[in-house]
Amino acid sequence: MTDLITAPVAEPVVACVDAEPVLTARHVTIEYEVDPPVQAVRDVSLTLNRGEILGLAGESGCGKTTLAYGLNRLLKAPALMTSGEIVFHDRSGADIDVAALGGEALRAFRWDKISMVFQGAMNSLNPVITIRAQIFDIFDTHRPGMSRRDKQTRAEELLTLVGVEPARLASFPHELSGGMRQRMMIAMALALDPQVMIMDEPTTALDVVVQRGIIREIMRLREKLGFAVIFITHDLPMLIEISDRIAVMLDGRIVEQGPAEQIYRAPEHEYTRRLLSSFPSLRGQRGGFVRAGSGVMGAEAAGPTGEGSR
Amino acid sequence: MRTTDAGAQPPTLEARGLVKDFHLRSGMRTTVLHAVKDVSFTLEAGRTLALVGESGSGKSTIARMLMKLENPTRGQILLDGRPTGRGGWARAAYRSEVQMVFQDPFASLNPFHTIMHHLERPLRIHHPGLSGTRVRERALELLERVRLSPAESFIDRRPHELSGGQRQRVAIARALAPGARFIVADEPVSMLDVSIRLGVLNLLADLQREDRLGVLYITHDLATARHFSDEIMVLYKGDVVERGPADQVILDPKHEYTRTLLAAAPEPENLGRLRDEVRAELAAG
Repeated sequence: MTDLITAPVAEPVVACVDAEPVLTARHVTIEYEVDPPVQAVRDVSLTLNRGEILGLAGESGCGKTTLAYGLNRLLKAPALMTSGEIVFHDRSGADIDVAALGGEALRAFRWDKISMVFQGAMNSLNPVITIRAQIFDIFDTHRPGMSRRDKQTRAEELLTLVGVEPARLASFPHELSGGMRQRMMIAMALALDPQVMIMDEPTTALDVVVQRGIIREIMRLREKLGFAVIFITHDLPMLIEISDRIAVMLDGRIVEQGPAEQIYRAPEHEYTRRLLSSFPSLRGQRGGFVRAGSGVMGAEAAGPTGEGSR
Repeated sequence: MRTTDAGAQPPTLEARGLVKDFHLRSGMRTTVLHAVKDVSFTLEAGRTLALVGESGSGKSTIARMLMKLENPTRGQILLDGRPTGRGGWARAAYRSEVQMVFQDPFASLNPFHTIMHHLERPLRIHHPGLSGTRVRERALELLERVRLSPAESFIDRRPHELSGGQRQRVAIARALAPGARFIVADEPVSMLDVSIRLGVLNLLADLQREDRLGVLYITHDLATARHFSDEIMVLYKGDVVERGPADQVILDPKHEYTRTLLAAAPEPENLGRLRDEVRAELAAG
């Protein structure tokens, strides 16, 4: 649907073949300085390669969102990164020490190099101004010299890129469906051609069919534009399907990390196995999920019962 | 399909030709939204019927009509073959037989009240003769049944002191309190952490077996629908487009929409396939 933009792109970016890192985190620890202090992220080391999709899996409270905020320097008090280093390897060859950024430099770095699609994107658009105004905001902040016409052209291009009619620029968020709002959020994250996009549960609130459409869109854009993605979700089967590598998080630690195939076929950590077995297979055998008494009359249904709960 | 044993009228909850239209007004114009178009099904004791479809397909409207929270535009709800009334008394009697487990255990329990209060109310309303000590005993029994033990340590707590899974267990206990024979479970685990979902579903299945409950399981998750149910109905824009034994609907879908739904479900076996598809698509221009 977006042949306009397909044409001028040179060569497709090949992921995971030449592993050149774009973001490296070493021994990152993030603490919530409350009483008593809570270590939400403990000694996490992570490497994101250029153009790859890294899945970050874990359940609520495991620290995955806190880690994502840490990588993007979005932590708010009482959260504090107490140790570790985060280095961004820019396209130009320069290395940026993310943890040391401050003031104007930080403002220029965010969204330009690393952008984010927030959790609950349904509610992260401003309800009282149009989509156009919200996209223009990005350019006003990061590209001060840009003319109005250029902004309009770029905004239309972005919407086309995510598969929404450019006419929708004039809409207010409440006039859009959930899937369209999510596409708008992705369009905004793409606005400055970032090298890394962090997506925090980007499709959790959406219907399966719409979700599939968005995932496909993300995969397509990744191939075309070559950004790397950190994809955060608890939906491990989906991560396995789309990611190049997966990191599994539990209680603030990354307990297992590896290529998607390895995580799926030969998980090493006990928790990874448990997480995998939490999703009964759609077409295969029942696995750990035992449902007894399936409509058969009383007595003979007393076969193997619900010990599969854990 | 299995048949129930011969003899007396088996316990059933039947929806017959349910239709629900909503009138939407915008300015001077009125449009009619057909939320549910002529849906019929029967819940039997000890069996689970899954209702799957995306949001807006009418799943929750059917649940609300079944709970008599919404009056059907046309059609009937029959309990054990007899029509059910709409009046206050008839409705109270109906609700001692049919109960619901809601989607969000963070919203469906009152943060101001203890767990005891949540279980006490249905017990007192539906069993007015019980003494205070008996009510407490029954509430403790219910908590033990949903594996919240020792029950004494849970009964005087408030919802915020419990985890999501524990809250949903309380919600299940509350639905069982009136002595219900039919349970409508509207996305009962979609708000819970993945690793405890199966535990709650297994609990529901255990209780179902113990009490021969008839369950209507509303979900958008096809995998649990398949393993947890005997039969699946696929709903699309208010119409049942496909129904049949669970394995048959999932493994051998007939309707186009069922196929779309199935194709959209994550399948780890397909790892890397989406990437390759997208690449091929881009390469082809």
